[in-house]
Amino acid sequence: MIKYILSYGRMFCMAFLDYLINGISLGSIYAVIALGYTLVYGIAKMLNFAHGDVIMVGGYAVFTAMVTWGWSSWLAMLFAIVVCTVLGITIEKVAYKPLRKASSLSVLITAIGVSYFLQNMALLIFKEKPKVFTSVVNIPKISLFDGKIVIKGETTAAILVSIVIVVGLSLFINHTQKGRAMLAVSEDKDAAQLMGINVNSTISLTFAIGSGLAAVAGMLLCSSYPTLTNTTGAMPGIKAFVAAVFGGIGSIPGAMIGGILIGVIEILGRAYISPQLADAMVFAVLILVLMIKPTGILGKKVNEKV
Amino acid sequence: MKIAKKFMALSLAAVMAGSCLTACGDSSSSKDGGSSDGTIVIGGSGPLTGGAAQYGVGVKNAAQLAVDEINEAGGVNGVKLKLVFEDDEADPGDKAVNAYNALKDKGMQVMLGTVTTGSCLAVIDKTKQDNIFQITPSASAQDVIKNDNTFQVCFTDPNQGKASADYIAENNVAKKIAIIYDNSDAYSSGIYNTFKSEAAEKGLEIVAEQSFTKDSKTDFSAQITAAKSAGAELLFLPIYYQEASLILAQCKSADFSPKFFGCDGLDGILGVENFDKSLAEGVMLLTPFAADASDDATQKFVKAYKEKYNNEIPNQFAADAYDGVKIIAKLIEKEGIKADMSASDICDKLKKAISDGFSYDGLTGQGMTWSAEGAVSKNPKAVVIKDGNYSAL
Repeated sequence: MIKYILSYGRMFCMAFLDYLINGISLGSIYAVIALGYTLVYGIAKMLNFAHGDVIMVGGYAVFTAMVTWGWSSWLAMLFAIVVCTVLGITIEKVAYKPLRKASSLSVLITAIGVSYFLQNMALLIFKEKPKVFTSVVNIPKISLFDGKIVIKGETTAAILVSIVIVVGLSLFINHTQKGRAMLAVSEDKDAAQLMGINVNSTISLTFAIGSGLAAVAGMLLCSSYPTLTNTTGAMPGIKAFVAAVFGGIGSIPGAMIGGILIGVIEILGRAYISPQLADAMVFAVLILVLMIKPTGILGKKVNEKV
Repeated sequence: MKIAKKFMALSLAAVMAGSCLTACGDSSSSKDGGSSDGTIVIGGSGPLTGGAAQYGVGVKNAAQLAVDEINEAGGVNGVKLKLVFEDDEADPGDKAVNAYNALKDKGMQVMLGTVTTGSCLAVIDKTKQDNIFQITPSASAQDVIKNDNTFQVCFTDPNQGKASADYIAENNVAKKIAIIYDNSDAYSSGIYNTFKSEAAEKGLEIVAEQSFTKDSKTDFSAQITAAKSAGAELLFLPIYYQEASLILAQCKSADFSPKFFGCDGLDGILGVENFDKSLAEGVMLLTPFAADASDDATQKFVKAYKEKYNNEIPNQFAADAYDGVKIIAKLIEKEGIKADMSASDICDKLKKAISDGFSYDGLTGQGMTWSAEGAVSKNPKAVVIKDGNYSAL
């Protein structure tokens, strides 16, 4: 009897550990996506709902470079980052810049329009058939407890990449001139302009960085879940948005923490409660957090001036 | 700038007015399904875009091939057939109904479709109301044929789930089975239910039952961990190929290598662009059609299909559709249907004829017969994926 309980207990622990690792793996991808959301929101004060679709474009860029043109994975990754960065700047110039003085609702709806535009353009160009993505990650998997638990190379990559991005972004924003210009714009656009900061180019730079991050997120997402359709970025984009709000939108470490927590909650919910309720649970947690701490885990309270 | 804006607004208004006019024009030219140019119009509906597009495209291509063959041989009783096809995106709602309405506008007299169960359920009551004879190549749920004017070329789901369990038990493929199914999909849950009850009867042990929904179908790690830690020897996948390709890849990276067994939804997995075919090596699936079967009819069909559609190998859906058109043609011949008959009159004749001693030898089965309820009687076959191709077991 005791032996049975012990062996059952061990099995339970193993499975739990496995779920946890899977959750962190999924969560670190959400984290990279959430970083893009939070950066753009923090500086430009707008929700770029097309972010998830820039991720999809990044996925297709890598796919085209690697599979159609036969480039090496490094070149393909570089190509995707360039494509997404240019796309991000273009979207900002064409769709958002004319609305700089408009209400935030108009900008939000424009972003949704851009999102649909990108999805349907991808459908036109790449057609309806799903494509299988070749992983760009070249890290061997780690096998623990005689293969009972396997940590995929993609998981290791996602965790490392998200840490590098968080550290890199924090250093960039707090310790470079461009970064401090971003901070100034985020606090007060008009005052920043009076201080000689070029607000437009700063916002463009923000979009460029955000979209470059989307390309990285796209590669990680498609390497872990190797299917590519025109809606690949949509659902992860929404979950990552939740993660960004959860962690405190505008906060860079918050996006990372939020992303990983959302991933873990989703996987544990699916494993122990119900696969149908896993998504609902993610949103329920969001509602709870917002009720208790409306600014999210690491969000700062900003007093609106009247 | 202002002038440009005004011009834009004006031209947009003109386009809208124009589209309104053309819409009116279209509907007035067709009279209750009868055709004007002396052909019998077969209306097809299926996903030409979206995740299930391979099915719809296969059905459309093969149906066109069958229609062309019939017309080249002089038509049916001298009357030519014409195929019109609409994209329903496998949508279980408005898009399927819109596709159906568009087909009616184009003068459809007999319906071949829809391809997927969800869309089919959305239109069966419409075809019943309009009294249009409907034969679906591949919508396999039992509810699809609840009306008396709807028939299937494929098996009904209960048949697939039962046959899968029987096959696994009789050939001793495995004893401990895990299932991953889509419980937001009628096709998948239908098979799952009958598989489960038949498995219990045959003494198979189901060690893990895992599900997913259409909103969360990229990450299967939780389901795979559950199957792995339950010690499953076989993973039963009554789902479509896109999710299956992900599950196969994720099982591999989790170092989990059970046997895999699926139904006709897995057909098409080898056609996914850039799919690593070695992942699917050894996957067994139940399907009535294997493109490498050696009988004359199959080989002739595969050859013609490849010639016409730049070397693509037809899947089971294509074969079902080819049979579907030929069945319609046979029935039209038998009943002496004329091009100027209304859809409703044709339906009255065909629905009686199909279950009244009619039998058809097709690509997807010999001696296929139909019950008055609409279900087909034929035997399922199992195929295995070997060296990157489907081959008969």
